[in-house]
Amino acid sequence: MKNKSLISITDITKEDYKTILDLAEKFEKKPKQKILENYVVASLFFEPSTRTRLSFESAASQLGAKIVGFTDASSSSVKKGETLKDTIMMVSNYADIIVMRHPKEGSSRYASEVASVPVLNAGDGANQHPTQCLLDLYSIRKTQGTLDNLHVAFVGDLKYGRTVHSLVTALTNFNTTFHLVSPVELKLPSSVKRYIKEKNLDYFQYTELDEVIPKVDILYMTRIQQERFSDPFEYEKVKNSYVLKNSMLDDSKPNLRVLHPLPRVNEITEDVDSNPKAYYFTQALNGVYVRQALLALTLGVK
Amino acid sequence: MAKQEKRKELKVSAIENGTVIDHIPAESVFQVISILGLDRIPNQIMVGTNLESKKYGKKGIIKVSKKFFEKEDLNKIALVAPIATIIVIKDFTVVYKEKVEVPDFIDKVVKCINPNCITNHENIPTKFTVIDKEDLKLHCHYCEKITKKENISFK
Repeated sequence: MKNKSLISITDITKEDYKTILDLAEKFEKKPKQKILENYVVASLFFEPSTRTRLSFESAASQLGAKIVGFTDASSSSVKKGETLKDTIMMVSNYADIIVMRHPKEGSSRYASEVASVPVLNAGDGANQHPTQCLLDLYSIRKTQGTLDNLHVAFVGDLKYGRTVHSLVTALTNFNTTFHLVSPVELKLPSSVKRYIKEKNLDYFQYTELDEVIPKVDILYMTRIQQERFSDPFEYEKVKNSYVLKNSMLDDSKPNLRVLHPLPRVNEITEDVDSNPKAYYFTQALNGVYVRQALLALTLGVK
Repeated sequence: MAKQEKRKELKVSAIENGTVIDHIPAESVFQVISILGLDRIPNQIMVGTNLESKKYGKKGIIKVSKKFFEKEDLNKIALVAPIATIIVIKDFTVVYKEKVEVPDFIDKVVKCINPNCITNHENIPTKFTVIDKEDLKLHCHYCEKITKKENISFK
């Protein structure tokens, strides 16, 4: 994986997943190692993102790397009208690797084509967010002991949620059975379903949450955003239908874990937080180890 | 019958050397001109449209003198003229005659449907993989969204 950009989850082979997750496990045991002391990481956030940025910068700092960059486009020369190409070519001269978040879809792929150093995509619009996906996979493997043959439910906004799209795509490598729970307006798009169909995997679609819970190993919750609905009445109808309450977990499997990419609004009630099956806060922490693994592998240090 | 055929021939005259694109749906003639960049070359070009065709109803035909295209470029017109025929003429003789084929990849000419795609905001040539040749579905190399047949427009 040395010098290879990571833009889309489809760039990763099944073998790569194992390499990344195994190394992340080692960093979890020993997160502070000064192995990147001689490296500069450019952290280019063309739009603000607190959690992803801090997680990446924490990952890099704990490995001893120096970080240069900006936290939103208004503090960069983009504001002066510089093209993405020029910004990336300039930054390539200053850093050994580029971590980038950008509001336009496809921007990271393009950056990886013009940069002379590898690019790690930290989110390009609504398209891809592969490091989120890897931390989700890490969390699933850690809580279930395996990635193979699991029943995974995705709940909420399956149409626009890019974390859902990436994770569904990645899981098609592991013989997953998919349980897709969403309002009709927010069903998983056919562009993602085609990956499930290509592998001949089973998927079931539901509009109700209750019946799914006892069947699954992972319950992946997402937020339904009001702005996704053209008709506000439609939003009012569905906004409370995908709320997970603690009592709903009574009949769930003992190994079930609840994941959520965060931030949560009201789709998981707070009484779930103390349930041992709630895993979303640990899930976020796992992001640091996964990003350490990616930095080390891409720079060829591990 | 013979008289009719003779008259039909006269509508668009023959070329000595060059490429003829026949069986273009009448409504796509100007798109074909734009896809092949015919509006930007100095060659002699004859364009006919709304001509009668027994097989296809109304058709268009384009004859480009002294110009031979790459197959890759000609196949791009399959997006708007899936049944077009390409005829290459040398010294008034047909040396090649073949239907166009939808290619596996399409560069530059098509615009991505996604308004938030980086190719619609910076000067970046588009790249698509054709994931469905019959229904025409184009997968954007950059934003990974699919542009469907009914949404195809040209840069």
